[in-house]
Order: sequence, then structure tokens, then C-alpha cells
Amino acid sequence: MTAPIPLSNSSPNGKPDLSERLNINTEIARKMLTGFIQDEISKVRMKRAVLGLSGGIDSALSAYLSAEALGADNVLVVRMPYKTSSADSLSDAEKVIDALGLPSLTVEITPMADALFGQFPDMTNTRKGNIMARLRMTILYDQSVAWGGLVMGTSNKTEMLLGYSTIYGDSGVALHPIGDLYKTQVRQLSATLGIPDSILTKAPSADLWTGQTDEGELGFTYADVDQVLYLLVDERYTVEEVIEEGFARPFVEDVWRRVKINHYKRTMPNIAKLSRRTIGHDFLYLRDYV
Amino acid sequence: MRLTVGLAQIYPKLADVRANLDKHLDYIERAVAQGVDLLVFPELSLTGYQVQDLVPEVAIRASASDPTFARLLDASRRLDLMVGFVHQDQRNRFYIAAAYLSGGEVQHIHHKIYLPTYGMFDESRYFDQGEQIRAFDTRFGRVGMLICEDFWHMSPAYLLWLDGADMLLFQSSSPSRGLDGGDRLSGSRWVELVNQAYGSMFTNYVIHCNRVGYEDGKNFWGGSSIVNPDGDLLLHGTYFDETLLVQTIDLNQLHRTRSRLPLLRDERPELVYRELDRILNKERDS
Repeated sequence: MTAPIPLSNSSPNGKPDLSERLNINTEIARKMLTGFIQDEISKVRMKRAVLGLSGGIDSALSAYLSAEALGADNVLVVRMPYKTSSADSLSDAEKVIDALGLPSLTVEITPMADALFGQFPDMTNTRKGNIMARLRMTILYDQSVAWGGLVMGTSNKTEMLLGYSTIYGDSGVALHPIGDLYKTQVRQLSATLGIPDSILTKAPSADLWTGQTDEGELGFTYADVDQVLYLLVDERYTVEEVIEEGFARPFVEDVWRRVKINHYKRTMPNIAKLSRRTIGHDFLYLRDYV
Repeated sequence: MRLTVGLAQIYPKLADVRANLDKHLDYIERAVAQGVDLLVFPELSLTGYQVQDLVPEVAIRASASDPTFARLLDASRRLDLMVGFVHQDQRNRFYIAAAYLSGGEVQHIHHKIYLPTYGMFDESRYFDQGEQIRAFDTRFGRVGMLICEDFWHMSPAYLLWLDGADMLLFQSSSPSRGLDGGDRLSGSRWVELVNQAYGSMFTNYVIHCNRVGYEDGKNFWGGSSIVNPDGDLLLHGTYFDETLLVQTIDLNQLHRTRSRLPLLRDERPELVYRELDRILNKERDS
């Protein structure tokens, strides 16, 4: 991994410096995203949401936006620690709960996770992490019924593009309010909403095992990968053009490879077409058509 | 001559024509109460935007025999209306359409010419494309109507101008996009820039109504606006919220601006015609 070569303020295509191009107008983002949450939930004749609160910035931002959109009383947050989860995660989640006055639950996943882990003694961390993510999804969907609210997604654009998620785990949600914000932009918006500093400044982590950090596991920083993804996806640069912007070839190629091989996580499973009109092919209605 | 224009910046309910008709009638009542002479609704105001396979269910044959149109025609005796709908023609082709209603009559129907089918747009899958660009006379002078992508191309607005339209009536369902560090979405900036360019270069009024609300995660930004013949925005900037915007405009500004700046007088459509003919013939020959 290498840092990008610094660009001048006026790049050859007349656009602002690359790092500045990820800047967003946070007031507009806040308005559009709280409106989206209200709209999606009221369209299905509900007024509540439930979300998993990890202590990290993505779920904190989702909680703040949800509370603003729906009223704090309507947002149930669930902490679902495993025995190795860091104490900071729980206390940071507590800060969000206290700051917003949210109804909350804590459901330990250790007994259910260990019951399954114990049957496969040589289980890898990846398998364990996936199981934990899916147990959390199971708990949230159960609370969705008990609480009468939709399961709020907390995934950002960076991890969705990289496929840095567990299919039917953290990706198993009813709506994605921050799914079009890169991690850098999640941080920018979060900073304007009064999210506690300890959450804003700590290293992002899925906290699936002790000492895990996203950037350690991925092998690059969000600051760098967001710029590369922005060029590839939003600006439709080719891989070669991104390299010309000063990013290392192996890094850019690895990022684009991850985006492609994980596309299945962002789409519904294919249906084998037989009839004249087939779900997913030519039976076309918006999800919002209710 | 002064004219009070209303822009019904509404959130249509997807594929629920009855609910949307009620909303139209509600806005009409409010507009009448504020002395509005001409009330403009957004693109597909009676159906919502992404109707997809619901097109045949929401389509309307635009006449007094249609119960929805009958109510709107009745209302058009009180003020002039521009509404958006799915038009089903005699041969059962479907169009994204705008209707101008006045005095209980359908005065003009425009079929959307340019159907965006790229990126997030998929209109050509569901709709046939319009084949005519025509200005028409109203009690406020000669006007022309365009729908969204129609005015992303400059030729339809240019043709309406040459066909005598002093007021361009634009309706759209323009999805929000291009969030950056600027004071507006880059998509909004672009449309406002283009509308100001039309006002400036045609020395015309440009009246634009864009919808608000959400469909499957797409937001619509509103920001309905009016540009005067000097290219100034008389009204703009109410983004995202459902609202009725009302603005009185002075049609005498047309003669004042054109006295100062005779762009219409000096325009040379015959030259355009000759050069277009040459360009098209060259293309045919190559």
C-alpha cells in the first residue's frame, strides 16, 4: 500500500483535489437520509426501527439518523456482544444510548455462538465471524417482530463495494440509509451530528475477534480505498486511469478484484427463467409499490 | 399583462391515480384561493415516476370520458392546468405525457420526446417516444411544454421558441444525485444553470416544476423554479419539501428585454435549416 501522490488544487480535469472531492454537504445528506428513513418506514405503515448497535461509527450514525427521523422512542437498539467483544464497544454503544435516550436491549450471543463453535473445533475466525453476524441478524429480525419495527441497515458504501460483509448477516436488513456514503463520508457526517469523540476517532473494527481492525484485515486504509473506489465507481475511471492518479497498481487491481468477486453479495440470487414472466427478470415493480 | 403561476411541487403516490387526483384537486383549491391563473404539476404527477409494469394499469385516454380527466377538465374552468400522466393512444401505445387543460378543454398534449434509458433510467423499456414538438396558444400567449429529459437537449426548447413560445413550461421527476461539498446537489445546479441559459438565450420565461418524495431509495429534489427573460431566477430553492409555490410574473418583461436584446429578431432559422440539411445529407451520403 502506498499513499497517493499529492495532487495540486486544480487537477488536469478541473476538479478539486481528490481528497476534497469526497466532501459532502452534510446538511443535505442529513435531510435526504432522515427523509428516506421516515418514508421507507411509513410506506409499510410502521413507525419503528430496530438496529444493532456495535459501538462503531456506522451503527452510531444510523442510530442518530433514525432517532432524528422517527423519534428516539421509536428506535430500539440492541447490543449483541460475544465474550471476546471489546469493553470499549459496549461502553461506546452505551454513550449513544444515553445521548439519544434510546430504548435498548443487550442480548449476549456467547451461549448460542459457542454451542455451534463447539461442534467444529477447528473452525476458522472467518467462519466464526460469519456465524456471529448471522446470529445478530437472527436476533434483530426476531426483535423486528417483537418491537414492530423494520431492521435498519448500518452498512456503508465502502464495505458494500468491497464485499467486506457477511451475506445474510450484517447485509440482512430492510433498508440501507448510509449505503451510499463512503466511510470517509460517514465520518464527515457523523462529526456534524454530535456523535461521541471516542466513536469518531477509534479504529474501525468488526470486533469479531480480539484485536481485529478493518484496516489491518483489509490491508489498506479507508482514506486511500475510498479515493480509489470513488474514482472507479462514481467517476468511472478505468484501473489504468486510477493508477495514473498516483495509486499503486497492486492496490488498485486488488480493490477492483474485490469489488467484482463480491458482486453476488449485492444482488438477489439468480432465478432460472422458464416461463414468460419470471420474478427477477421481467416481473418489474418497485419494492416501494405497496 | 400579469400572470400568477403556481408550481405544485408534490409527492405523487406511486401508481395510485385516485389518491393523486385527490391531491391535484386539493392543490387546485389552494391555488385558486391564492389567485393562481396557471398551475403546473410535475412529470407523471398522476402516477408517480417508476411505474414499470404498472404502466397499463395507470394509463389514461385523455378525454372527458375518462373519470380522472373529467374532474381535471372541470377544474380547468377555474384556472389553467398542466398535468403529467401516462397517455394511452388509440393504438394502445403508452407515452409519458403532459396535458394543458383550460376552460374545460384539452388544449394540447405533449408526448415526451427523449426517454432516458441509461444509468438509473429505463424509460424506453416501458414507453414510446413522442414525435412532435409544437407550441400552442393559450389565454396567456403562446407556450410550449417539455418533460424532463426533453429539456436536457437544447433542440426541443429551440424549436418551441421558433414556433412562437414565449413561455416554456417544463415538468420533471428529476432524481437527486451528485451530493458533493456544494451548496446544492450537482444535479440541481445543472438544471438551474440550463433553465437560466434558456431564459437568457431565448429571452423567454422558463417555468419548471419538479416533484419531491422518494421511490425505492431515489429522492426527488423539487427546487421548482421560474426564470425571467433576463435569465434571472425569480423563484427557486425550495428543495425536497412538498409545497405550493406561487409567483406572479409580468409578461410585459418580454417586450422590454427583447427591445434591449433582439436575439429572437436576429435568429436565422433558415441558416440553421440549410446547415442541418447539409449535415444530415452528408451523414446519409457517408
